[in-house]
Amino acid sequence: MRQALFEAAHQREWDEFERFLDATRPAPFEPSEMPSRYRRLCQSLALAAERQYSPELVDRLNRVALRGHHALYRNRARQPWRVLEFLVADFPALVRREWRVVAGAAALFFGPLLGLLAALQAWPEFVHYLLTPQQIAGFHEMYDPANRRLGMREADTSVAMFGFYIWNNVRIGFQTFAGGMLAGVGSAWFLGANGIVIGAVAGYLTQIGYHETFWSFVAGHSSLELIAIVLAGAAGLRLGLAIIAPGNATRRSALVAAAKPAVRIMYGAALMFVAAAFVEAFWSPLTEIPFDVKLTVGVAGWAVLLAYFALAGRARAAR
Amino acid sequence: MLDTTRRVATPEGIELTLQLAGPVPRALAWAIDFALRVTVVFVVAMLAPLLGLAGVGIVLLTAFFVEWLLPAWFEAAWQGQTPGKRAFGLAVLNDDGTPVRWPAALTRNLLRAVDFLPLFYGVGLATMLANRDFKRLGDLAAGTLVVYQPEKKVRAMKLQEAPPLAPPLALSLEEQRALLELAERAPSLTRERLEELAELPRPLVGGLEGGRAAERLIGMANHIAGRQ
Repeated sequence: MRQALFEAAHQREWDEFERFLDATRPAPFEPSEMPSRYRRLCQSLALAAERQYSPELVDRLNRVALRGHHALYRNRARQPWRVLEFLVADFPALVRREWRVVAGAAALFFGPLLGLLAALQAWPEFVHYLLTPQQIAGFHEMYDPANRRLGMREADTSVAMFGFYIWNNVRIGFQTFAGGMLAGVGSAWFLGANGIVIGAVAGYLTQIGYHETFWSFVAGHSSLELIAIVLAGAAGLRLGLAIIAPGNATRRSALVAAAKPAVRIMYGAALMFVAAAFVEAFWSPLTEIPFDVKLTVGVAGWAVLLAYFALAGRARAAR
Repeated sequence: MLDTTRRVATPEGIELTLQLAGPVPRALAWAIDFALRVTVVFVVAMLAPLLGLAGVGIVLLTAFFVEWLLPAWFEAAWQGQTPGKRAFGLAVLNDDGTPVRWPAALTRNLLRAVDFLPLFYGVGLATMLANRDFKRLGDLAAGTLVVYQPEKKVRAMKLQEAPPLAPPLALSLEEQRALLELAERAPSLTRERLEELAELPRPLVGGLEGGRAAERLIGMANHIAGRQ
């Protein structure tokens, strides 16, 4: 078939398809016809390329087919319940499935944290190897038992602190994740460094007798925040592992495959960081609440979160 | 022929041609986005004192969302385009040519943090130059490509006119395209360069030299374009 005949036979259909993509009114055909018309366009493109019609025509058909392809494979309908489903079942199930990297990240983070917390009780002067005198003075000021509000300087307000925690803590979480692309080294470094600083501060303040103010402040948000950073690190390690040990795939495809569960872990971790920032800004600084109550709430937070990750979504995952 | 195109097979059994975007347009698109981000934060920072001390928190929240989540939101909601990408006609697509969705958009935007290292996207640029698809690390992990958006309207081809002349042998689509592109670009080339290029396809121009060879090739291009 000559090109001119081919064009004459199909021109109207191509024009209609283009007008449909341009969303002109009235629509040239019903949306339900779109897939079959798209397939016919694809056939035209294949024929035009095969028959060596002019590049101009092939280009035009390629362009229209590409736009049709995008329109056809665009985001499916929004499914709001999927978010809920993710929270109550898929997220904890995913964390359980990835338990190896989660355990690795937890060891990298909680190892130095708990180790320093214990070690500084016996050798308090060791803190000077880890924190500068300015940092130590800052923590003194923040957790002085004479403070009316904990964990902040007098002038700060809760909303300002909320903004700061989001900006700072979630960013650290995202960096911990992104560091995984450096063969996991970045994630491991962020996990270890944060574990060391938090362990040093906790150990030091407990040792000098500020334990009531310090633990009263951190108890409430500690479960959310510390688990969130471990999960962010775990997601990063998942990427790093795909680069170091891709297994039976190329590094590139192993990485793409690893990024899917990793970014889903990051959805959950980001939400936990935001929740932690909220608690940290609006609940943790309160001094009106007795120490015992805040400690109980903190412990309950850990119990609930650990139970959530251990149990939630088991029935669904088994299905 | 062009190494900045990439063909993807679709379920309909055809191959679509995507035009990959290189580091320069992407850097310019990034610069526009960056300027917009700075503007947004700046405007909020100007208004913040009205809210008293809480304003500091609002500014930091804005800075966070604008830096980390807004580009991903744009790419997921605007068919792979941020404002900067739209200005340069670029778009992010999945490797299979489909528009990106939230997971991929978020992956590539979170991983900007490593691409940015050690300074101004050093790692990202090095990675882009080291693979065929101009992918930075975030694109590698997310399985995405940055391509030129197909233009909606066909750019009218301004072939240099010449009497049509049938090529002496059958030309492949790519060879035909090379001739058309030469004829299209001829007015913008210097005469010396055009003649130099025209002498290259020996089987078409034989031993003809310079101006005569160019004339002949442009004639063939007119034939291919259907100007019989």
